[in-house]
Amino acid sequence: MFARSPVAVCGLVLLVAILLVSLIGPLVYVADPFDIVAAPLSPPFSEGALLGSDQQGRDVLTGLIYGGRATLTVGAAAALISVVIGITIGAVAGYFGGTVDEALMRFTEFFQVLPSLLFAMVLVTLFSPTLTTVVLAIGVVSWPGTARLTRAEFLKIKQYDFVAAELAIGARRGRIMWKVILPNALPPLVVSATLAVGAAILFEASLSFLGLGDPNRMSWGLMIGSSRSYMLSSWWAVTFPGLMIFLTVLAVSLIGDGLNDALNPKLRERR
Amino acid sequence: MALILFAARRLFYAAILVIGVLVLSFLLIRLAPGDPVDTLAGQMGGMTEEIRAGLRSEYGLDQPTLVQLGIYLERFASGNLGYSYFFNLPVLSLILQRLPATLLLVLTALVVAVLSGTTLGVLASRRPNGLLSQFITVVSVIGYSAPVFWTGMLLIILFASVIPILPVSGMTAAAVSGGWLLDSVDVAHHLVLPAVSLAVVYLAQYSRLTRASMLDVLGSDYVRTARAKGLEERKVFFKHAFRNAMLPIITIVGLQFGNLLAGAIVVETVFNWPGLGRLAFDSVLRRDYPTLLGLLFFSSLLVIVANQLVDVCYRLADPRIKAS
Repeated sequence: MFARSPVAVCGLVLLVAILLVSLIGPLVYVADPFDIVAAPLSPPFSEGALLGSDQQGRDVLTGLIYGGRATLTVGAAAALISVVIGITIGAVAGYFGGTVDEALMRFTEFFQVLPSLLFAMVLVTLFSPTLTTVVLAIGVVSWPGTARLTRAEFLKIKQYDFVAAELAIGARRGRIMWKVILPNALPPLVVSATLAVGAAILFEASLSFLGLGDPNRMSWGLMIGSSRSYMLSSWWAVTFPGLMIFLTVLAVSLIGDGLNDALNPKLRERR
Repeated sequence: MALILFAARRLFYAAILVIGVLVLSFLLIRLAPGDPVDTLAGQMGGMTEEIRAGLRSEYGLDQPTLVQLGIYLERFASGNLGYSYFFNLPVLSLILQRLPATLLLVLTALVVAVLSGTTLGVLASRRPNGLLSQFITVVSVIGYSAPVFWTGMLLIILFASVIPILPVSGMTAAAVSGGWLLDSVDVAHHLVLPAVSLAVVYLAQYSRLTRASMLDVLGSDYVRTARAKGLEERKVFFKHAFRNAMLPIITIVGLQFGNLLAGAIVVETVFNWPGLGRLAFDSVLRRDYPTLLGLLFFSSLLVIVANQLVDVCYRLADPRIKAS
């Protein structure tokens, strides 16, 4: 199903290309993205700076190649944290129901009310702006959606006969939750996890744009943030890194859409 | 009676959420590395021993933790959000000063996004596989994937150098005061680009959601019944289908209000819009913790109020819920 959707395949190809450039690029093309290589604000196609240089004379292209690592690492790690927290809380709430459900849903609601970006800004400002802090800050604020979805799936699936059958043969609670219900709840969760990666990448980009990323690691958001005041004299220094963020999130969203069509039979019928 | 009970319950939960936010920010101050006094003062250079001692006694930092928490909650309950040593103003007055600009920006963006998003979505639902439907699908994926600050900057570059018809920074022209009418026109002129950058993301999502929701509802039994009893198509479409299709949109608008405020932080920073978001950015730069924590508290309050309003709207819109 997935392979038949041309859009999803495009997304996959795009993502693989970006991953290759970001993960292998720095090994092949060895340079320091913080090095000054050209006159400040050189336009694209200048000598030594194919895509131009920023206000400090740093090469934009080198930044693009090296900046992906931080963005992608933070995006993937933060999405992983948020999905793990979300699935755990949603599964427990949905499976046990009653007071446990009520309490956990209030807790989830609390995190939904908290303005996530501002909360992450407070966390990163109070503690140091390292990669770990940024990952934790994004992960901790972005799980409520996954939790709600997981809960809804668990509430639905636990009523099915095959769960009753497991109960009848005396299966343990842990087995029913993680080995019986969770695999059946996976299709929508996989889609939601894919979208979580996109959201985490955008989140990381906003934080680094606001100057709250790790200042010692080049990232696409950091490039845009530091060239913000010069955007009118050097459009290339903000346009290209933004394009990389855009393409990455676009690739992930397209894959998510493709997975959704492939994994959601209800939607498939409607087409 | 049921309505009063409903309102009282919502209010009770809202109060618990507010207290939760305060307890959380209190914990953060305690957990942050360094002396809490520095955190509360916002790490300003050359703070005298007198100010430190004053802060220590004001916050009861020599007392047991629980007493400190009590003092902290009491201060916020009485409307004292702390003092910004950087801006030399109480945090509350600082926030109230900036609030109108943010509300103007956020509400304009929201109205634009909801009105045009639902209109496009409804139009697209008339022809589920038409050109408009496909256009909306493409635009919504693009709108979702582009970082807000980047779209904002592209708009600035475009309108500053290529077609200079719209102002790209600030909220008013430098020295205008030509009466309230001219001033409002001036502000509206400055509002266009920031509001559009903020609205685009949500416009795309709402149009896609409205289309899906309308298609869902149009295929339902009660719409078939309405048609079967010979109701004219207009009435079926707007009275039966549209009203029910709007329910998920209302829910999403409520859930996303926090995201909208987050977007405002970024958009205000890009466009130098003098609101709460710009204040948040400035206080991060200056390590102005009292302002930052005050903003966290105040924006949570805004989100809670917005959610309550959305709940009321939902009850008004849903034909099945009648406040009896």
